[in-house]
Amino acid sequence: MIRARGLTKSYRTRAGTIEAVRGVDIDVAAGEVVGFLGPNGAGKTTTQRMLTTLLAPTSGEATVAGHDLRENPVQVRRHIGYVPQGGSTTPDAQVGEELVDHGRLCGLSSAESKLRGRRLISELDLDGTWERATQTLSGGQRRRLDIALGLINQPPLLFMDEPTAGLDPQARANLWRHIRRLRDDRGVTVFLTTHYLDEADALCDRILVIDHGEIVAHGTPEALKHEVSGDAVSLSLRDREDMAAAGAVLSAMPRAVLARAEGHALEFSLPDAGEALPELFAALDQAGVALAGIEVRRPTLDDVFLSLTGRALRDDPVNTPS
Amino acid sequence: MRFLSDTWVIFTRSMRLSLRNVVWLVIGITQPLLYLALFGPLLKRIVGLHGFPRGNSWQIFTPGLLVQLGIFGALFVGFNLIAELRAGVIERMRVTPASRMALLAGRVLRDVVVLAVQSMILLAAAFAFGLRAPIGGVILAVLLVAAVGAAFAAGSYAVALRTRTEEGMASVTNSLAVPLLLLSGILLPMTLAPGWLRFIANVNPVKHIVDAMRALFLGHVGSGTVGVGVLVGIALIVAGMTFGTRTFQRESE
Repeated sequence: MIRARGLTKSYRTRAGTIEAVRGVDIDVAAGEVVGFLGPNGAGKTTTQRMLTTLLAPTSGEATVAGHDLRENPVQVRRHIGYVPQGGSTTPDAQVGEELVDHGRLCGLSSAESKLRGRRLISELDLDGTWERATQTLSGGQRRRLDIALGLINQPPLLFMDEPTAGLDPQARANLWRHIRRLRDDRGVTVFLTTHYLDEADALCDRILVIDHGEIVAHGTPEALKHEVSGDAVSLSLRDREDMAAAGAVLSAMPRAVLARAEGHALEFSLPDAGEALPELFAALDQAGVALAGIEVRRPTLDDVFLSLTGRALRDDPVNTPS
Repeated sequence: MRFLSDTWVIFTRSMRLSLRNVVWLVIGITQPLLYLALFGPLLKRIVGLHGFPRGNSWQIFTPGLLVQLGIFGALFVGFNLIAELRAGVIERMRVTPASRMALLAGRVLRDVVVLAVQSMILLAAAFAFGLRAPIGGVILAVLLVAAVGAAFAAGSYAVALRTRTEEGMASVTNSLAVPLLLLSGILLPMTLAPGWLRFIANVNPVKHIVDAMRALFLGHVGSGTVGVGVLVGIALIVAGMTFGTRTFQRESE
């Protein structure tokens, strides 16, 4: 559905050239929900704006929804839907008007736009809003209207920019359900940017992580967690005297990476901890180390992100340069 | 034709939203009347001063007001676009196969229709105050001001797309509007100006539009002044629409 090779975008400013995106390759198959994850300013919005024809790439090539991005942007626009960040409706306009006008700009007749618009409104649980001004809708309703607008031309591929930014937890969970249904019921391929790790984890079949304009990792959420950071294990010892001996046991395990050793406690990461622990227990026992407790935590995408980029994703949605 | 149908969609949408805005509607209708009521009475005393063009005072004053209404109204339409940009509406429309030129032309068409209606109100009121002018000349003058208004509206949208903020937009339009206004002879005819000022004013396209409008209101349809005004008007509309469409087509950065 998307195939991009070596996409770059650089801006010339007074301070010099800024390389916002430096050679990004993207492959998205039909029917996938793919999350494009990265901190603010990493290049995810710029990349998505290139893929949606809003921004011309500096170099590289891409085929989006079956059409060449550079050669035939109009055909690309015909076959994609786009849900911009932070809304796409005029406060004074009515829901139905926005849908019908948007459908007509997509080349549909008035009647067809109305038909599809009404169907989308009911599919997205917006019944009864057709004649309401968009400013009277709740944040979650308005976001679903944005999605309805993006779907009016029945695109096989939908781009979403930070779909749940600024929504309360209930509205987010509700929107996730709708996005999943897009794929399950309509077979729509979804490409979404997000800087919420829980969102990527809950919603996406596959994740691309971008940082400093380059893709630094990709895979299913599970695989990423597995590959990148292993499980977090913390041991507490019964006797402080044993710390040195326990440390020696750990350093003999090639895959364990010590994170912290303080007081009675040792924290380290260990891939596939479930399988490795019996061996660890045996070794500790042999070394005469008595355990007071053990805790194993499955990695989160936060851990993945931290180990990939060396920093945590911030939660506040600061606007990226657009 | 794709371009025409897209233009129509954008036009009807913009017009519908404008008509829904009651404050805007009231201001739009009363503004031309205020100009006449508050400014007209001053004029009677001045006419007859040395250097003032010949004609009934309303024949001199009304064309200037029309130009002011048209051009200076149009210069500020870009502010609406900034609100739409901020709401994400423009972005959403740009990811449709709709003609880029139509995204601009539909909005400009709305502004021209608004301008035409305001001109009619202003003219009707001016007739009530005592304006007498040949109808053919008046119609041509309104067409000229509509064309020039379209040019300035297109330019205003382009500036809005480039500056993207109200502050940036305001500094550009104000720094343009003030010299254009002062050097156009809208308030006082440039025939009163000393030679050096008249020389500078001749570079101002708006001055030639105002001169042509005044000539039309005096019935001098075939005069050279009108010819120059029409040519300047055509040049303005080509420049405005080219600048506007280029900006709409250009990638947003």
